[in-house]
Amino acid sequence: MRISTFFYCLKEGIKNIGRNIWFSLASAAIISACIFLFCLFFALTANVQYMVRMAESTVGITVFFDEGISEAEILAIGDSIRERSEVKEARYISAEEAWENFQKEYFKGMEELAEGFADDNPLADSASYEIYLKSIDDQAGMVEWLDTIPEIRKINYSSDTASGLSNFNRMLGLLSAVIIIILLAVAAFLISNTIMTAAAFRRDENKIMRLIGATGFMIRAPFVVEGIVIGFVGAAIPLISVYFLYRSAVAYMMEKFGILSNLMEFIPIQEIFPEMVAVAMMLGVGIGFVGSFFTIRRHLKV
Amino acid sequence: MIEITDLNKVYKAGTRALKNVNITIEDGEFVFIMGRSGSGKSTLMKLLLKETEPTSGRIIVNDMDLTRMPRRYVPKYRRRLGVVFQDFRLLKDKTVYENVAFAQRVIGVPIRTIRENVPEMLRLVGLSSKYKSYPNELSGGEQQRVAIARALVNSPEILLADEPTGNLDAHNSMEIMGLLEKINDRGTTVIVVTHSQEIVSQMGRRVITLDRGIVLDDSGEGGIYDEN
Repeated sequence: MRISTFFYCLKEGIKNIGRNIWFSLASAAIISACIFLFCLFFALTANVQYMVRMAESTVGITVFFDEGISEAEILAIGDSIRERSEVKEARYISAEEAWENFQKEYFKGMEELAEGFADDNPLADSASYEIYLKSIDDQAGMVEWLDTIPEIRKINYSSDTASGLSNFNRMLGLLSAVIIIILLAVAAFLISNTIMTAAAFRRDENKIMRLIGATGFMIRAPFVVEGIVIGFVGAAIPLISVYFLYRSAVAYMMEKFGILSNLMEFIPIQEIFPEMVAVAMMLGVGIGFVGSFFTIRRHLKV
Repeated sequence: MIEITDLNKVYKAGTRALKNVNITIEDGEFVFIMGRSGSGKSTLMKLLLKETEPTSGRIIVNDMDLTRMPRRYVPKYRRRLGVVFQDFRLLKDKTVYENVAFAQRVIGVPIRTIRENVPEMLRLVGLSSKYKSYPNELSGGEQQRVAIARALVNSPEILLADEPTGNLDAHNSMEIMGLLEKINDRGTTVIVVTHSQEIVSQMGRRVITLDRGIVLDDSGEGGIYDEN
């Protein structure tokens, strides 16, 4: 394709938008609404996933063993835990290490108080394994399995954190998918109508083009360009707003709910935005292209 | 050369527009096709433009068999034809220059070539001074000249003119005919569909008369068509 042909198609596509400005604006607005919602759900889902990942690395299962069991037996159980496919890491904490950790945490600055226990470890039977899973979704199954091991006395885990985050994320994904699909269908319908109106405006021109010997590509291209431009604009507007909105929202949350900063950690805008731009642009331009291409293919005789 | 052999066209509604039509037109000829409304003139034009398909028979234009031509070759074939209509079909939002240039732009001719060709065509049709005018600022005759310039700018081998003088007065009609003759003298085959006996008589060229889908006469100059 010649560069002049490319610019001709681009110019004619933009002219189409100008001739048909209200329909084009309506289509762009619906795409904007759709992509704005998409970006919101994208940011929410990504952040929840991020928090789930954080939880997966920090929220673990701790198992304690029966009194009188030897260290060799505990280590053997540890090996069988590590062999499970869902286990990312299993860390052995001996009774001595547990006592040391306890002292560091609770006798800080008052070490002399702990000296009374120097030869008598009060956590002598508290050797444990800290187990971290690859996915928090596997926690329930893992706990069930650990429960079947007779030497295990106690299992500590947080079922609420795990299932709560997991379920919330699943629900959010489902809800966003449903809303986005509906909005995309509406956007495609509007683009299709816009393109049909543009084709009606250019009916005479298209007929002349056809008789002069213009190819189907040359006749259709301005309409597809129109759809792509509408899709592009429809994606660019919400992306700009989401950029600033996200930054402000994260700053606001951290300021107002700083106390929860251990639980809530947000993805920085510079990390989440490139991916969001790519997906939103693909959606906007894609829906513009698909809507216009198929409409013009179906309705314009070339 | 155009060779039409045993051409039949029956529309879906059952109307037989053309019945066993046989016509041969040599390169560089100037031919009138005459006939009443419903005689099949327009159908013949549509078939030559490959806007519709024949029911049976063959149309060969410059060694290209239109009845076997795949769709993807149609644009290239049409570039070898120039078309002029009774209602001019100019683009109202484009100037004279832009209307003529449009014919080249849409087939991807480089801008530099367009800048050379369009003024030349406007000189040929005598509209150089009006290149900035819009169609509604021109007379009917001038608009038809623009349409002819647009049809010729891609140097077609054949010019098809469908009632080119239908919307013009006698004076303008003869001017347009004079222009078509000038184009024919340059070697372009010219086919004019008309129902004006007056023009046909004055031009003294070959006349093919159609009546209810059949070739009533192809005997020579003047034709036998009675306008009344």
